[in-house]
Amino acid sequence: MKITLGAVVQGGTSLNYKTGSWRDQRPEIDSERCTQCGTCKEVCPDDAVRHVGARYEIDYDFCKGCGICAHECSALAIRMNNEEK
Amino acid sequence: MADIRVVEGSEAVALAVKACRPDVIAAYPISPQTHIVETLARMAADGELNSEYVRVESEFSAASVVSGASAAGSRSYTASASQGLLLMTEVLYASAGMRLPFVITGVNRSISAPINIQVDHQDTISLRDTGVVQLYVESAQEAYDMHIAAFKIAEDPSIMLPVMVCMDGWVLTHSYERVEFLDSKAVDAFLPLFKPEHYLVPADPKTWGSYAEGDVLMEFKYSIHKAMIAGKPRIREIMNELATLTGRDYGGLVDAYRTGDAEVILVAMGSMAGTIKDEVDALRKEGKKVGLIRIRCYRPFPHEEIWAAAHRAKVVAVLDANVSMGSEGAVGLDVKSKLCGRPGGPMVLDFIAGLGGREVNSTAVRTIVDCAERLLSANAPPAEAVWIDLNPALVP
Repeated sequence: MKITLGAVVQGGTSLNYKTGSWRDQRPEIDSERCTQCGTCKEVCPDDAVRHVGARYEIDYDFCKGCGICAHECSALAIRMNNEEK
Repeated sequence: MADIRVVEGSEAVALAVKACRPDVIAAYPISPQTHIVETLARMAADGELNSEYVRVESEFSAASVVSGASAAGSRSYTASASQGLLLMTEVLYASAGMRLPFVITGVNRSISAPINIQVDHQDTISLRDTGVVQLYVESAQEAYDMHIAAFKIAEDPSIMLPVMVCMDGWVLTHSYERVEFLDSKAVDAFLPLFKPEHYLVPADPKTWGSYAEGDVLMEFKYSIHKAMIAGKPRIREIMNELATLTGRDYGGLVDAYRTGDAEVILVAMGSMAGTIKDEVDALRKEGKKVGLIRIRCYRPFPHEEIWAAAHRAKVVAVLDANVSMGSEGAVGLDVKSKLCGRPGGPMVLDFIAGLGGREVNSTAVRTIVDCAERLLSANAPPAEAVWIDLNPALVP
């Protein structure tokens, strides 16, 4: 890393840090139960839920496994499972 | 003809800030700083000042607004005192690290608890490690002059750090003094437009103060320290340049008063230096070789100037209007760190004086000089700082 005045760098460099590696709980979306309400995407503090076509998907590169999505899902469509590596 | 008026110290500061044409001002009122920002708010509301005046709900937000404005390329200003300065602390560390050159007036006032609104230096001294340049002034005129210098010091490409002008609450902010003002053309010529290397542009997003792991964190921190240390000659140059413009030379990073042949040298900051200078004159008439070093630039610390002015003295007595609980006064520790242990250096003694507005008057100054002479002749520096005017009967 270059030592710049004020540690000023190009924006968006957080994309280079795959913070998903910190996760020990892994959210899994049950697409049968999912009602497409979008709450999980709204509440994710890391913006790690993607709306892809007619599905919501977790971006495991950046999901830290906090479980807020599972806690807030009124359809009980998200389960937190132990991460296995 | 020169513009000379008798004004309140706070108004002198507001007029200095106005002359520097800040783009953004954000502040939250707190005694004894309120008159400064009230005056600036009135100027902005009346159209006398072309600045964006942002009203905020706390000092944390005031510091955050000027920090963001500065990153966007705006010349920015804020002011606070006491608890307000402490509430800014987190933002000030970040701002120095992000090399954002705004100016802050640090109006000196005691820190709670117990709550007290009178002057001492505990508030700004608590910010000495932030990476913010700190200047301490003795008079309203010096406060006016140093605010104009402060923007130029802050924005100098080799420095690029926030600068805090520290002035004693009430004594300087609320007293009326004769102040000589510069005309706006002279200030414009002295202080060029702020043109930072980086600034926030939506089309080209950048991150300030990005994440830095242990492999580079020390280098980032060292670069801030280096800007301070290497900035000392530049600060001196800017002060000299302003002195040429105004005809008022306060002596650079320190104001050495009658130190040439002095055997006893007092060290102090801020308005108490006025009283000390009078007492130095009185003691000189009695044949005592006494002098004063008034530290004007506390961060970066002017080691070389202090050594040059004090190394021939027999004893140096530091008056600290602050205390690092469980240790000594901060200024005393700094002075000792460079004067002690060098061959031929004087004995350095620390005195805690003037907390919570307790007056450091001529009697107190004389007590300190007597005490310093006594400890010198006994060759017995005390293990702890000496608290001046402390009434032990009141201490449970």
